[in-house]
Amino acid sequence: MTARHALPRTLAVRLWDEHIVGTLDSGTDLVAIDRLLLHERTGGVALKSLDAAGRQVLAPAQVFATMDHIVDTFPGRSDDTLMPTGKAFLEATRDGARRHGITLFDLHDPRQGIVHVISPEQGIVLPGLTLICPDSHTCTQGAFGALAWGIGSTEAEHALATMTLRISRPRDMRITVDGALAPGVTAKDLALHIVARIGSAGAAGHLVEFAGSAVRALDMEARATLCNMATELAAFGAIIAPDETTLAYLKGRPYAPAGALWDRAADIWRTLRSDADAVFAAEHRIDAAEVGPMVSWGTSPQHAVPLDRPVPAFEALDNGDSRDAYDRAIAYMGIAPGTDLRTLPIDAAFIGSCTNSRISDLRRAAAILAGRHVAPGVKAICVPGSTQVKAAAEREGLDAIFRAAGFEWREAGCSMCFFAGGESFGPQQRVISSTNRNFESRQGPNTRTHLASPETVAASAIAGHIADPRHFGPLP
Amino acid sequence: MIPLVSLTDIAVPLLRENIDTDAIIPSREMKTVSKTGLADGLFAGWRYRTLGGRDPDPDFVLNQPRFQGAQILIGGQNFGCGSSREHAIWALAEYGFRAIIAPSFSPIFRANCVRNGVAPIVLAQDAVEALATLAERGDPITIDIAARSVSAGSASWPFAIDDESRMMLMEGLDAIELTLKRRADIEAFRASDAGRRPWVYL
Ligand code: SF4
Repeated sequence: MTARHALPRTLAVRLWDEHIVGTLDSGTDLVAIDRLLLHERTGGVALKSLDAAGRQVLAPAQVFATMDHIVDTFPGRSDDTLMPTGKAFLEATRDGARRHGITLFDLHDPRQGIVHVISPEQGIVLPGLTLICPDSHTCTQGAFGALAWGIGSTEAEHALATMTLRISRPRDMRITVDGALAPGVTAKDLALHIVARIGSAGAAGHLVEFAGSAVRALDMEARATLCNMATELAAFGAIIAPDETTLAYLKGRPYAPAGALWDRAADIWRTLRSDADAVFAAEHRIDAAEVGPMVSWGTSPQHAVPLDRPVPAFEALDNGDSRDAYDRAIAYMGIAPGTDLRTLPIDAAFIGSCTNSRISDLRRAAAILAGRHVAPGVKAICVPGSTQVKAAAEREGLDAIFRAAGFEWREAGCSMCFFAGGESFGPQQRVISSTNRNFESRQGPNTRTHLASPETVAASAIAGHIADPRHFGPLP
Repeated sequence: MIPLVSLTDIAVPLLRENIDTDAIIPSREMKTVSKTGLADGLFAGWRYRTLGGRDPDPDFVLNQPRFQGAQILIGGQNFGCGSSREHAIWALAEYGFRAIIAPSFSPIFRANCVRNGVAPIVLAQDAVEALATLAERGDPITIDIAARSVSAGSASWPFAIDDESRMMLMEGLDAIELTLKRRADIEAFRASDAGRRPWVYL
């Protein structure tokens, strides 16, 4: 080992160092990429452009594609989607994948689903890997101990052709969450708490390592939820050091190593952690006990408060927003400073997205919905994150609970997490949503999104207004 | 890509924070599996009076006659946040922007800028505000990538940009072409890494 390696390193630095193919003349590294994931919204363009330049895919076996963003989520779906011209995206991705020998989880494949949900399910993401995808929520997969980050289509094209990226090293940030989350408080609430506290540009240029006893205590699905929202801090990516929880989750997954190779890999993965005296460029500490169920009030994920607190006045904020940005958010959302969020009537409720659409999310929502019904006039939709999650939920009878409560039960995909140009919640419709972004028109033109945990979405759907899930215990 | 060494032009001031890629190009405007045909959809939600329409809203800065043809855009902090859609920079570039000045950029958007020959220039908030005031008056702004500086009138501000991005912008280089020259290094790395971590190489 060289002296450089004897210096204490963060986990991210160690993994980065292990992937350097070469240093370019300029402080930028040529970094080896272990997994490249594509979806039909951005992947088709990258493949088409690669073809136009007459280039080949260097390692198709390390590239995977899925249909999630534009694909229809109505039962009995086909290539036709509500997004005009949407079909062309599906076809371009399918043709490109076939031509280049890339594994595609197509429409009717039992492994299909949202890219950040199916990759862990299939064991495509593994500890210590570099994994990229032309999608900003790729940071989700850092929960499994990988260096995972989002890129653009041109960078995806670069990685397809070379299995590398030319990229400068991000700085390191550690967010340590110690203590225990209170009952009824979830990883989603923790994520919103962190974004509200650090701000939507608070981790710009940094790769965030989540650490601390409260993070260790989360199961893998909850860790994915937490890492998912790192991009809402403008982070380069996120990572959680792998531990026995990680290994137990991944063991036996289709693309994970098996037998003696698993043992060899696991030995290395158990050593993947930041050195005790590693220095981070920035550090934040959060007391888990301070986190309550959160809900967003504005048009940025940093506009979030505990749901028993009123909409803050501009003067009470310290998040870099100008008066103009604040006023725009308040006007867009049709609310006033001081409003008790729990009095806001909702028009729709959405459970889904790469943040909160996994089986544990659906179980917790179903526990609230069981024996209850959504309020009159509320359009309620549940979209499982993957076809596997959907099948598992159906085996447990969760679909029956959702349907009996008045929820639509859909096929897997991104669906109305974002507006693809087809299905929308409608102008000024107020939606309580388990997704990650509440930007203007994110869920449809002029739709008003309030971000929350799946339990808060379920409780609010029943109440007809934003509601505290802790008041919705199981019925006798 | 067209090399960009320096540029002097009027600038469009759009000092909102957190301008996200959905605002830059709404998803409904991304109709084809292509990198072109997007300029009309740029800022569509703000630029046109009606949803999906093409009737310009005269209040929106991009529609004001004095800013037509401007190649520089001045934005607020965390510019280009949100979805990684590269269509945002394709739309800005096709519209004619060659440089964007802001206090900070989202990392994916920033990388997309460089890959598409548009300079992402980071300056302190007060410098950005001073430039926006000058832009409002119609004063030209000079961006010198070679010298890493922005100037207007008698004032000038240095900015930081990594060597790789600077070189790619100045020479209009295609990154894939450059990297393919190192094919031997890549193959060597992969071969030796496959011995260390065979499970990576499916
Ligand atoms: S579920 Fe939503 S946030 Fe996640 S990948 Fe799909 S569109 Fe993006």
